[in-house]
Order: sequence, then structure tokens, then C-alpha cells
Amino acid sequence: MTILDSKTEAWRSGAGASAFAMTSLRFLVTVVTTYLGLLAVTFFIGRVVPIDPALAIVGDRAPAHVVERVREELGLNLPLYQQFFIYVRQALTGDFGTSVLTTNPVMTDIRRVFPATIELATVGTLIGALLGVPLGVLAAVKRGSIADQIVRIIGLIGYSVPIFWLGLLALVFFYAKLKWVAYPGRIDIVYEYSFTPVTGFYLLDAAMQRQWDVLWDLFRHIILPGSLLGYFSLAYISRMTRSFMLNELSQEYIVAARAKGLSETRIIWFHALRNAAVPLITVIALSYAGLLEGSVLTETIFSWPGLGLYITNSLQNADMNAVLGGTMIIGAVFIGINLLSDVLYHILDPRTRSR
Amino acid sequence: MMNLLNKHMRLMTTSAAMALLLAAAPQAFAATPADTLVEGWAIDDIITLDPGEAFEISTAEVTANTYSKLVNLDMNDTSKVVGELADSWTISDDGMTYTFKLKPGLKFASGNPITAEDVAFSFERAVKLDKSPAFLLTQFGLTGDNVTEKAKAADETTFVLTVDKAYAPSFVLNVLTSTVASVLDKKVVMENAKAVTPSDDYKYDTDFGNEFLKTGYAGSGPYKTREWRANEVVVLERNDNYFGEKPALARVIYRHMKESAGQRLALENGDIDVARNLEPGDIDAVSKKDGMAITSAPKGTLYYFSLNQKNEKLAKPEVIEAFKYLVDYDAIGETLLKGIGTIHQTFLPAGQLGALDDKPYKLDVAKAKELLAKAGLADGFTVTMDVRNTQPVTGIAENVQQTLAQAGIKLEIIPGDGKQTLTKYRARQHDIYIGQWGSDYFDPNSNAETFTYNPDNSDEGKTKTLAWRNAWDVPELTKKTQGALLEKDSAARAAIYEDLQKQVLTTGPFVVIFQQIENAGYSNKLKGYKLGPSFDTNFVYTVSKD
Amino acid sequence: MSEIEMKSTTPTLREWLLSDKPESRRQARLGRLYIIWRRFSENRLAVAGLAILIGLVFVAAFADVLAPHSPVQGDLRYSRLLPPGTAGYLLGTDDQGRDILSRLLYGSRLTLLVVFLVAIIAAPVGLIVGTVSGYAGGWVDAILMRLTDIFLAFPKLVLALALVAALGPGIENAILAIAVTSWPPYARIARAETMTFRNSDYIAAVKLMGASPFRIVLFHIMPLCISSLIVRVTLDMAGIILTAAGLGFLGLGAQPPLPEWGAMIASGRRFILDQWWVAAMPGFAILIVSLGFNLLGDGLRDALDPKEAGQ
Repeated sequence: MTILDSKTEAWRSGAGASAFAMTSLRFLVTVVTTYLGLLAVTFFIGRVVPIDPALAIVGDRAPAHVVERVREELGLNLPLYQQFFIYVRQALTGDFGTSVLTTNPVMTDIRRVFPATIELATVGTLIGALLGVPLGVLAAVKRGSIADQIVRIIGLIGYSVPIFWLGLLALVFFYAKLKWVAYPGRIDIVYEYSFTPVTGFYLLDAAMQRQWDVLWDLFRHIILPGSLLGYFSLAYISRMTRSFMLNELSQEYIVAARAKGLSETRIIWFHALRNAAVPLITVIALSYAGLLEGSVLTETIFSWPGLGLYITNSLQNADMNAVLGGTMIIGAVFIGINLLSDVLYHILDPRTRSR
Repeated sequence: MMNLLNKHMRLMTTSAAMALLLAAAPQAFAATPADTLVEGWAIDDIITLDPGEAFEISTAEVTANTYSKLVNLDMNDTSKVVGELADSWTISDDGMTYTFKLKPGLKFASGNPITAEDVAFSFERAVKLDKSPAFLLTQFGLTGDNVTEKAKAADETTFVLTVDKAYAPSFVLNVLTSTVASVLDKKVVMENAKAVTPSDDYKYDTDFGNEFLKTGYAGSGPYKTREWRANEVVVLERNDNYFGEKPALARVIYRHMKESAGQRLALENGDIDVARNLEPGDIDAVSKKDGMAITSAPKGTLYYFSLNQKNEKLAKPEVIEAFKYLVDYDAIGETLLKGIGTIHQTFLPAGQLGALDDKPYKLDVAKAKELLAKAGLADGFTVTMDVRNTQPVTGIAENVQQTLAQAGIKLEIIPGDGKQTLTKYRARQHDIYIGQWGSDYFDPNSNAETFTYNPDNSDEGKTKTLAWRNAWDVPELTKKTQGALLEKDSAARAAIYEDLQKQVLTTGPFVVIFQQIENAGYSNKLKGYKLGPSFDTNFVYTVSKD
Repeated sequence: MSEIEMKSTTPTLREWLLSDKPESRRQARLGRLYIIWRRFSENRLAVAGLAILIGLVFVAAFADVLAPHSPVQGDLRYSRLLPPGTAGYLLGTDDQGRDILSRLLYGSRLTLLVVFLVAIIAAPVGLIVGTVSGYAGGWVDAILMRLTDIFLAFPKLVLALALVAALGPGIENAILAIAVTSWPPYARIARAETMTFRNSDYIAAVKLMGASPFRIVLFHIMPLCISSLIVRVTLDMAGIILTAAGLGFLGLGAQPPLPEWGAMIASGRRFILDQWWVAAMPGFAILIVSLGFNLLGDGLRDALDPKEAGQ
């Protein structure tokens, strides 16, 4: 946030266009260096692997000179910084190598599985925000009361419970015992080959194609993992909402508004919350990023065919290309959301705009 | 204000409750489609669908239902073979030339006619590609240089195979029922073959469609492969050009599911028709439930763990023996293996010619400690075991870890998925490997060979039997096994195998633990669902649904 | 130094600690700690958290005595998958016949080990980076902070996962991976604190006395950062435990037969339908311990900085 603080200062000092250009440039530098850092870290991890990538390709029966030749082709004998340069270039074009498991280029696999994770994270964040914000407001408004305590406990548990364990128990309870939700997976086998996804976001596709029975089935599949992620999202969002609302409600303009005779409802929802909305949006964005990251653990439980499951499968097969490719994508999106929310915060912050 | 907030809360809780209630509405769509067989099975061992390269158990079943061979096991008497693509065959007087006459007018799924040329091509590519299963054919003296001569098409419907010794005919024919002898559509394969620059290691300028067939199909079986996504699913579709009785079901889907509990739930809910990896507790539960049943068949598959003789500690004969006394066979048999296996300690599975049922070993920590002390390892040592992430292998490994610890041997379990651990094993880079061995064909030579035949123990050795993988150098046993192959008298042949089993029991670096009983839980909607004696006789094309 | 006038009675301990005219540095420090403790102990939840953690340490230390059975040897034949409440097996047994309670008790050692080692590795690294960066300023600060920001922006779990995947499964690698991804927040905190203190009179005085920058940073600035760092580390502990459990669940952490709680959940997953306790019990353990750290961390933060207590 330091770079953007100085951007705010630049606004305040009213230095105008050149200051804006300067800070935008510095922001760009931040973006570039952060992504380069990510590439460097994944490159390093890839080189740390004690498996010779050449052997992984030619197999164990190849004689020494064949292995050597493949090493040459892969550029493994080049100095490290040159290898890194090639690596960056490949990453920028989306070439993450080939998956040992599926024999497809990793990028093709990722493009196939990523929408499922995005869909799940979106549903989770929606639930988290739609429930978390009102709960946070409630807790802030009725601070110290039972309601407040309950909301805080819900949040606290959300911070302390292992998500995969809760998911497992939820699956047993809601699927095995109550049979309320559908079988782990994204869609029933019945529909798997008769439903053609267009965007990769099945809920959207089914709705667009007006296949209501498929949509219903998809809903029954996504509701449990989505609610689980929603709970975690809710824990974070409600806590933050509460914090921001308490901050707002202690401001002087609230007292002034009350003195003017505005109703409490208006004050809470149209004034305090609106001001709290700005940091709240960034919180929601960060929660979304967090859910994307958590997919690695939750997708195995629910057999959700997304990027998380892809990474864990590849993991157990020592398919480092796939693991690193997936890591990079999640990392890139995660970083992107973080940076974007920083930008959003400073664009939307009324304090910067009003000057 | 309070009221409004409460109202909001109430609205939210009501809608949440409604959502759950709606989700609880009776599932009208869980049932599998009437024209599709859905099996839940752990298929993560599949690395390719090319019959000339595949050597894995799951693939054996897939290719059995999608490709045809010259001959197949007679399902009524598995010690005999019947012709599938071959109408009849004759063997020359010197026992070295087999002439097969193909049934006329048969077609591949592509519509191309099945000719002897295709058969010869299938043999040629298997030998030239020289992948893991190639030894099944090269053991008959076929090499990359002579295969086009020794396995050739005399005319459009006559295929002639010349072997290098007068083997027992039953042996040769049994081998021809294995996956590597599947007949491929030469035209389709070569259309999709890739050009390759010849090198010292691989002398040919084409890959014979190896890359295409990794996920592609060029066969003539009752089903054709529509799709394979690694660790996810295999989809088979009815082959409308099949020359035999077409299967009743249009599609067969093998869904990758590793967990017994998950499979059981899915079976109960009707999400799958067959569950293939049920564990003892779930087998019990399914057998008691209405609407489903269990079918089982003993398989010629043995579970064992092997000690890499390249590890000098594991090469000591006392250590080998000690390991055999450090497995709690009884406890494992009663619990981890209940219903899915029987304790078995010799290398020939029950039911094959010459199989012995000796079980001389029991858990005996004291004796093991004595043996270790004799080997100078009284303080124990550390060793690793590569364990595939499936049950019951993991459970057995964890239990063996405990019993070994009682004698001072510290076992580090290295977990891995099928491909990873198999690759390491085939490269001889393990300490101990635990896994299964399924006979390649229903003849004692298959197991005898893999456990006792190691003609070239060097790292470049071409014959990758288990004996080789564990660097067990046994020239005398190798000779004996070779001799048994040529023994025409069954009783004498059986005696040789019995002797071999006894030797492996005492000195072999193999601790055989049990023989598999394969179970499948299936829905009563299925008719004609059966498991065969081997994975490449688990036919699904005879199954229909109510 | 004020004179003590007409006091014939010695002050009680409490009065001594709360005296607003402390006579020694030690008294001042102890007094401050006492005030913090008072604030802390008024928060019942925070005390509960502390109790949980003391319990954890106690269990880990005395696992040998407390555990009724061996955590690694089980009776496969006769004691497999017994339900909780069976004689001698309070929480039931797992699929190898091992007592779950004993495994949980011994597993607490692994939990503490992970938490301790990660803290020992990550916090000092962060502290050093932050204080050096804050004190030196200029391009050293710019470079170090850029590095920190980069690491701060990474998804922790996924990177730890990739790192352990590369290094190979095992508890040491898991600890290393988590530590590598955990240090950035500490660096930022340390830097912020350093920059606050850098220009204070106190530091100016020490500089006048001729202390080298090294001495100043090490002996004067670092101690000032410690309290915020402790709070932050405690708050992070829960997350660290959950990450370690996640890695264990994926099979990347402690290997069998070590009774790591995350790995226990993974191996109990197969029996979740009929023998739910095998997977459920370790999860409760993780939940309780994480809760303890969270409560303790919240309580510490409120006690050390009453302005935050309102939030």
C-alpha cells in the first residue's frame, strides 16, 4: 500500500498530471516486479525438484547420450539466468510445458478446469457477502449483545476450523445421511455427455440454454461446496464489516445525522454502510482470492473438477509442470485481485476524490 | 431499526431454509441412463491406451472390450482358447510354425476390413516399439529385424507366425490372448503415425501411431474408446461395425473413483451401476442392502512386496528371510483383506497349473530378530518402501511398518500414485516396492517368468521382469524356467513349477502376501454382469439393463 | 527520584506494581506487564485461549504418561475401528488398531513443533528484514520492501504446496515451506515500528552515546518491536496450524506412522460413513487448538493496545 499512499499524497498536494503519471508508473513497476517475483519463485521451485526433467521425458531406459541430447534441447545446460529468461518468455505466452499425466499442454488442461473453480469461488463469495455483510452490520449495531457474540463466534470458528474437515463432515451429513444434496462432482453422469458447456461456467450455460433440469442438477451439486466456502467467506467478511461499521458509527457525522432526525435505518444502511462499502469491496475481493486459493483443499473432498483438484492430482503424480503451471495461474490471479483491490480502494475512496 | 434488522435476518434464514428444502426434493435424475453402464473404478494406473505399450491392469480391461485378438480364452474352460478373429489354425510338425486362417468379411470399427496384414502390422509395431509388453512376443524369438518375416501375412486371410523353439502350443496360444496381441487397424494407425528421426536407440522413422494411440482408437471390438481423460474417466461407445453380437448397452463409462466409501454411496444413490473398489466394510454393507448384490471372482493377481537386491542390506539372505517373518498375515487376512483376498505365499495363483498352496510363514518377531542378528544387523536399519496410494496396499504397508519396527527395522513409507511408483520401480530405484502382479496370460509361465527369469541383470537388461526389477540374479532358476516352457508333459511341467515356487519361497526377495479376490457391487438393474478370472476377461459387452 | 515521605508501611505487591513513580526499570517493566495482564485476564475468552494452549503444552510434554497406548503400534486383529467409549479406547481406534486418543496426544507434539519452528524461523527473518529496512532507509529500504511486498502478495498455501511438492513430502519440508511463506507480515510490522521509533529521543540519545547502527538495531530497536510481533505471530499460529494440517491432509506433511492430525483426517476419510470418529476426532483437536491461538491472539492484541479493544 505504500506506493498508493504516495499516490494519494500526490493528489492531495494537487501536483497534477505529472504526479499522476509518476505514480501510475510506479504502480506499473510494482505490478511487473510482483509478477516477475512470482515467476522467479516458481522457476526456483521447479529447479529445486530432484527429478531430472529430461529423464521424465525420455524415460528410464534411455542411454546416457540420449538423456544428454534432451537436456540440450530443454536448455538445461544453459546458465541459470538464461534459463529463467526462456522460462519467463514461455510463461508469458502461456506455455507451461506438457502434463505428464494427461499429455496435454498444461495450459489446455488449465483452461478446461479453471472455470469450475471460478464458478465455485464466485458462488462462495456471493453467499459470503450476501450473508456476511448484514451479519457484520448487525453485530456492529448491536455491539455487545448476544447477537454480536453469536456473530463473533461464528466468525471465530470459521477462522479456526480446517476447511477440508468441515467439508468432509458436511458431506457425510448432508449427502450420506440426509441425502439433501447431490453426489460429489459438478454434474450428474446423466447430463455429462448431453450438456454442452459454452463458457465453461455451467450454471450460466444451462441458464442460457434454458435447460432447467440441468440447472437444477447443477445447483444440487454446487450448493454444498459453495455453502462451505460461503461460510469461510462469511466469517471473514462479517468480521471486517463489523470492524468497518464500528469505525463509521463512531464518526461525528453519524451524530450529526441523528441530530438532524434521520431514521436509524437510513443512517445505518445509507450512510454508514455506504462509507464502509469502499474498504468492504476490497475485503470481498480479497475473500474471493482466498477462496480461489482454498480450492486446493476443498475440491478433493467434493470431487469438484477444478484447478484445485487438478493441482492435487498432479501433485500426487509428481507432475511438476502441471503443479507449477497451476500454482502460477492461481498466484497470478491472486496477485491480480490484490493489486486490483488496492487500485479500486484508492479510486473509490471518497477522501481522495473530494480533494 | 431492530425490527427491520430482524426482518432481514428472518428473510435470510427463511430463504436459506427454503433452498435446503428444495434441494431435498426427491432426486428424479440420479439414476444412470438406461443405455449406459457406469462403473466406479480406480483407473489412475492407465498411462496409455496403446495395446502395444499398455501393461497396466485397468488398461487390460479396457482393451479387452475394445480390441479383438486372434484367439481368446474359452470362458467356459479357461485352460483352453477359442478363435476370435481366427477361424482355425494349424501347427507345423516341428512345432515352430503357426498358421492362422482369419474369418472372412470382418471389419474394424472404421469400416476397414480386417486382414492378415493388420495382424502382421500389430505384431510388427509391438516388437519394434519395444515397450514394456513387447517381451511377450519377443520371447518367441521375434526381433525388430526379423518380425516382418516371422509374423507375416501369407495372403489376405492367412497369418503365419514362426517361433524359435518348439514351445508347448498351449503356451503360445495363451500368450496370444494377452493385450499386446490385439489387432489394430493398420490404415487408421499409419494415417495418424508421426514421423520420427531414427537414433541409436530407436531405429525407425515412424512412431507407429504410438502417440495417437495413447488416447486414440483403432480396433474392432464390441466397444470403441471414445475418450480417456487421465485420472478422470474412460468412455466406451458401442461399435456399430462389430462383427459379433452387438452389446446391448450403447455406452460404458468408467469413472475414476478411488474411495470405497464414495463408490458405495454412489452405488446406493444410483449414481453408478457398479462399484469396483469396495473394501471389506463396504462389501458387507452392500451385500446386505436391497437392490444390489456382490459378485466376486478370484483373480490371478498376487499382492507382494519385493526387496531390491541392489540394496546391500536387503540382499542378505537372512534379511530376506526375516522380512518374511515380519508380516502379520493372520491379522491382515482377517481385517484388511476380508472378502477381498486370501493369504497366499507362493508365486503361482491358485487355479494355475502347478500352483502350490504352501504357507510356511507366520508373524514371528523373535525369529526375525535372530536372523537379523545373524546378518550383523541386530540394531536394525532404515529402509524405504514405495507405496501406491490405494487400499489395501496402504493399509498393509502401514501394518508392515509396525511389525518391522518391532524388530528394529525403520520403514519409511514413500507415498505415490500409480505411475510415479511404477516408473521408479521399473527403473530399479526403489528399496522396497509393494504392489500387485497380475498374470499376463493364464499360464504358469507368466508368473514363473516374472518372478524367476532374469537373463540379463545389468541396468540395460531388456527383459523387465520382476526378478530384473529387483536385481535378483538367478541364472539357475532362469534356465529352469526356460526348460519348463518346452516341457510337453503337463505333469512334469507342473513339477518343475512346484520346485521353482519352493525355491522362491525360501530365497526369493519376494514376500507374497495374498491372492486377490475381485469384488464388484452392482445394481440389480444389471443383467449378465460377471467378473472373469483375469482383468482382460472382465467383459462388459455382455451386460444389459432392465 | 522523589523522596518517600512519611511512608511507614511497605506497599503491597499490587501497589508497588501500579506505582506511578517506579524506582527502577525493572519495576516499570513489571508494572507494565501487570497492567497488560490485568486487561488480558478481564477478557474471559482470552484466558480460555491461554488455558487451551497451556493444556496443549502440558499434553505434549506429558504425552508419554497421559497416553494409554502406543501411538504407532496397534492391534490390527482385535482392536480395529472400535467406536469411542470402548473399554480402554476413549476416542476409539483407527484402521490399524491404534488408539486415537494416544495418537492425538502424541500428535500435539508435532503441532507444537510445527508452530514453534515456523515461528522461530519466520519471525526473526521478518524482524531482521523489517528493522534493517526501516532503520537504513533509502535504497536498502526500497529493495527489501519490494521483496517483502512481492512475497506478501503470494498465495501462501499454494506456494507452500508447490514447494513441498518439489522438495518431497515430509514434516521438515512442510515446516520450511510454511516458514518461507509466512515471514513477510512480520517484516512489515517490524519496519513500521522501526520507523516510528527511529527518530525518537531515546534512539537519538543512544546514538549520541556512540552506539553503532548494528548495536542500535539489535539492542534497542528490535526489543521495541517484539510486542507487536508476538501478537501478530500468535494470531498467525492458527493459520499456520491449518496450513500444516492442509499439507498433512494432502499427504505432504508428516508421513506414517507419525500421528499428524491432518494426515489422520486423510486416512480416516475412507471410513467416514460408518466409523466417523477416525476422521472427526483429529479435526476437533485442530479446531480446539486453533481456537485457542485465535482467542489468545485477540486477547493479547486487546490487552496490549486498548484502542483496538473497541473493535
